Amino acid sequence: MTALVEIEDLHTEIRLRRSVVHAIDGVSLSVAAGECLGIVGESGSGKTMTALSVMRLLPAGGAITGGRISLADTEITALTEDQMQRVRGNAVGMVFQDPLTSLNPTMTIGDQIAESVRLHRGASKARALARAVEVLGLVGMPRPAERVASFPHQLSGGMRQRVMIAMALACEPKLLIADEPTTALDVTIQKQILELIDSLRQRLGMAVILVTHDLGVIAGHADRVAVMYAGRIVETAPAAALFANPRHPYTEALLDALPERAASAGRLYNIPGQPPDLTAPPPGCKFAPRCRYAQDQCHESEPYLAADSDSHFFRCFFPVGAAKSTGSGAGSALAGASAAASSAPLFPAVPSATVPSATVSGEARRETPDAAVAAPGQGDFLRVDHAVKNFAVTSGAVLQRRIGQVSAVANVSFALPHGSTFGLVGESGCGKTTIGRLIVGLEKPTSGRILLDGDDIARQSRRDRQRRARAVQLMFQDSYASMDPRMRVSTILREPLAIARDGSHADQRRRIAAILGEVGLPATAVDRYPHEFSGGQRQRLGLARALIAGPSLIVADEPVSALDVSIQAQILNLMRDLQREHGLTYLFISHDLSVVRYMADAIGVMYLGKLVETGPADSVYSSPAHPYTKGLIDTVPVADPAAERAKEHQGVAGELPSALMPPTGCRFRTRCPRAQDLCASTEPPLRPFTSAAHQAACHFPLRDPEPGLVSVTEGTGPSSPALRSAHHRPPRQPVQTPRTNA
Amino acid sequence: MTIPLATEDVLPAGEPPAPGLPAGKTPGMFSRGLEVFLENKLAVAGMIILVAIFAFCFLGPLGYHTDQTHVNLANENLSPGAGRPLGTDDNGYDILGRLMVGGQISLEVGLAAAVLATCLGTLWGAVAGYLGGITDAVMMRLVDALLSIPTLFLALVVVSMFPPTETELILVIALTSWLTTSRLIRGEALSLRVRDYVQAMRVMGGSSARAVLRHIAPNAVGTIVVNATFQVADAILLVVALSYLGLGIRPPQTDWGGMLNSGIDSVYDGYWWQIFPAGIMIILVVIAINFIGDALRDAFEVRLQRR
Repeated sequence: MTALVEIEDLHTEIRLRRSVVHAIDGVSLSVAAGECLGIVGESGSGKTMTALSVMRLLPAGGAITGGRISLADTEITALTEDQMQRVRGNAVGMVFQDPLTSLNPTMTIGDQIAESVRLHRGASKARALARAVEVLGLVGMPRPAERVASFPHQLSGGMRQRVMIAMALACEPKLLIADEPTTALDVTIQKQILELIDSLRQRLGMAVILVTHDLGVIAGHADRVAVMYAGRIVETAPAAALFANPRHPYTEALLDALPERAASAGRLYNIPGQPPDLTAPPPGCKFAPRCRYAQDQCHESEPYLAADSDSHFFRCFFPVGAAKSTGSGAGSALAGASAAASSAPLFPAVPSATVPSATVSGEARRETPDAAVAAPGQGDFLRVDHAVKNFAVTSGAVLQRRIGQVSAVANVSFALPHGSTFGLVGESGCGKTTIGRLIVGLEKPTSGRILLDGDDIARQSRRDRQRRARAVQLMFQDSYASMDPRMRVSTILREPLAIARDGSHADQRRRIAAILGEVGLPATAVDRYPHEFSGGQRQRLGLARALIAGPSLIVADEPVSALDVSIQAQILNLMRDLQREHGLTYLFISHDLSVVRYMADAIGVMYLGKLVETGPADSVYSSPAHPYTKGLIDTVPVADPAAERAKEHQGVAGELPSALMPPTGCRFRTRCPRAQDLCASTEPPLRPFTSAAHQAACHFPLRDPEPGLVSVTEGTGPSSPALRSAHHRPPRQPVQTPRTNA
Repeated sequence: MTIPLATEDVLPAGEPPAPGLPAGKTPGMFSRGLEVFLENKLAVAGMIILVAIFAFCFLGPLGYHTDQTHVNLANENLSPGAGRPLGTDDNGYDILGRLMVGGQISLEVGLAAAVLATCLGTLWGAVAGYLGGITDAVMMRLVDALLSIPTLFLALVVVSMFPPTETELILVIALTSWLTTSRLIRGEALSLRVRDYVQAMRVMGGSSARAVLRHIAPNAVGTIVVNATFQVADAILLVVALSYLGLGIRPPQTDWGGMLNSGIDSVYDGYWWQIFPAGIMIILVVIAINFIGDALRDAFEVRLQRR
């Protein structure tokens, strides 16, 4: 296949006030028509810069200083700005990461899509709008003719991303560049968008460059993969070959750092150190300072490009993996494991419901007995008891009439014993963050109790607040926003102690130094400001601040979601170590199932304010009972191309309903393939399944409930008492067409 | 770029710390802001002008002695000449000396009134913005009510009821200027109170007072300082206006506005030296302060970004 896009020895620099960042340092790529090239790398690797260089949309101070880029017959690097404007949006389309900020909030989506058509094709307003409707239909927007007049804020995240894709496709480009197109979206919507891009690629014969940091996404949707590090490509290979047999140590390290590959001791492999400073890159191989196989030669000279076959290239003097004469193969991750690497075998992909109780590699997870999920009333440490939180929705500026309420948390109950980790999983809008806020006291529950060691901590009197502050602390997702930018680290860490009036000044200083050592930061960090640290280091600071007052429960709200995979591994290891040392209990809130699976003893799955399934982590993963849990597990991308292709058409259809008017009965019924009339009229109670602790709320679950087990929660809401102990037998094959979201 | 770690996650032994990181304590917010401020040429010029005028007003009389209390009608309305660089006014006072002494009062009143207005406005606005709800509504309606009264009339009413002294002038001007500051700071407080670090402090058990004093006010400092500099300029102009209307400082004390007042009477006589000097001084001070305010705005924003 002749290449549609050719990038040869590209060099891009960014001039800062006092230094020059060598963002791209000799990158060569090619993409053929109809092919999807995935560019993988962590932040700072230069992958976004490569995409922007092809579009010549570099930030202020950026310039292409060497090499050439050609698209079909055009030399992109040789064009003037005017000529380039005719290429952008026309021959090359780009989809950005965050659809909310990439769409103009004051223009209708129809106008925005029509804009490029009018610009490049000279179409009249009416014809451009007609084309916009056509393209919206192409990207799967329901009722495009009506929706074309709506504004971006009236659409959900997934719909907005579809609009972005429509804008990129309106002029039928030859190349589509997608820069982290699904990072800001929920897992179920992510699957829909990626499949849409795939189908469009096949239909229109476009070349696609998919830039992402998520190896699972690459495994499922890229034909060839290029791995970037510090502005260079370190390995290029067909996807299957790359995952089966990585040759470059960085690729191998990235795969090892994934939570799916946790080794027996429960520790994730993490890549030591930090990415290099691109204003003064180290001589020799840029990965050498962090490479576990580095030798003297690596620090002195740049490795040349070696080839494993005609399609598998890498830059390393001492590659890992087995040399092969033929590159691609559909081998699973277990085949071709390198001798030098100590990567543990990947978990087999979680099987569908037709294969009962799959085996999870026993060595990779510590055993979690049912005792880890205590039945309520048996000495729980944290117990949430029928918590309800509604937020009023008002309208009118002066009088603020209450027109409705958002049911953020609807009758949720769970319990955790001391020293365990409970993972709360769900997509955005499911209420997991609200529960976290209820527990730490930032919100007051509308009804229900939150008991810590028997005491109700939901009360708001001053003494209660102080008592709670000493026992419960919160770790934030955005570490930069959660620390006052004008305070030095010493003041930030001293604040919890100062508020609690705990110890003298000297005492506090000693404790600060001690906690910094525990989280792995140097003592000199006390004098610095938060913005001087990297993302991972700031998250360590956040952990230090949460720990310094000596709490017993830490609510971690998406602590690693904003971090790269290798840094994520460092933080998770640290959290585990500290939990063991201090006897902490964690409530781990995340949307990332693989991380929760690694960290948590017990899991609770939430959907639209309801707890739909809860139980020991292994049990919930290997034998999910609720269709939503199964859908979530299926849609999470795993870094194994074979497994990804095998689960092509599973997933959760439709969009999240509004929390202002949640569906009656079971809230998941609008997206559930097994829904029946009963689901609309009666809310399903939590019933036990494989064990007393594993419960799910479903009328037609994926497996039969264990007979003889009585539901251990004392009632779960307005369900009829008759259902509570009845052993309701679900019909074998519910015949129901899935309802698409209207 | 970033700081090396202390545990096993560090680089192999002997690795030097990341390049570009200063060895000692990081320069604080102040020195970074100062750097940006000094890059702005207009601001530096403004600073120089302001310092020069301050020196002129406060240190000048030490070197240049004139009698500013006793009327000397023999010397009235003399044009600039030997011994009297800027001539005399209709009471025989030397204009140059009067400029210095008058300047002292104008600047003192302006600065003190601005500081007072800023403090009051900041506290009021921060409390209203942070607490929200009914408290906020009541506090802001009060501000709205006072704002609806024209500033000058309010000042005139107060001043005509009580004989004006310097202190009273300061109070009057401060009490009319704090309103806009409070509105501005309330806006900042509204956006700051939902920041994660304020929420983090609440999780730690911190009180509202701590939030306002330790987190909201310091983070609104940029807005506060910039607003304060413009308040100084406005206060000086207000004093000038009041004095020009004859309701300012009583003679023999005077300020630049008073000089304008007495000078305007002689405009048809061609005694230009009684009008222009005071006017030019006012213009210079206000322009200098505005330049400085602009640069301060930049200095406060850039501070938090890495350069």
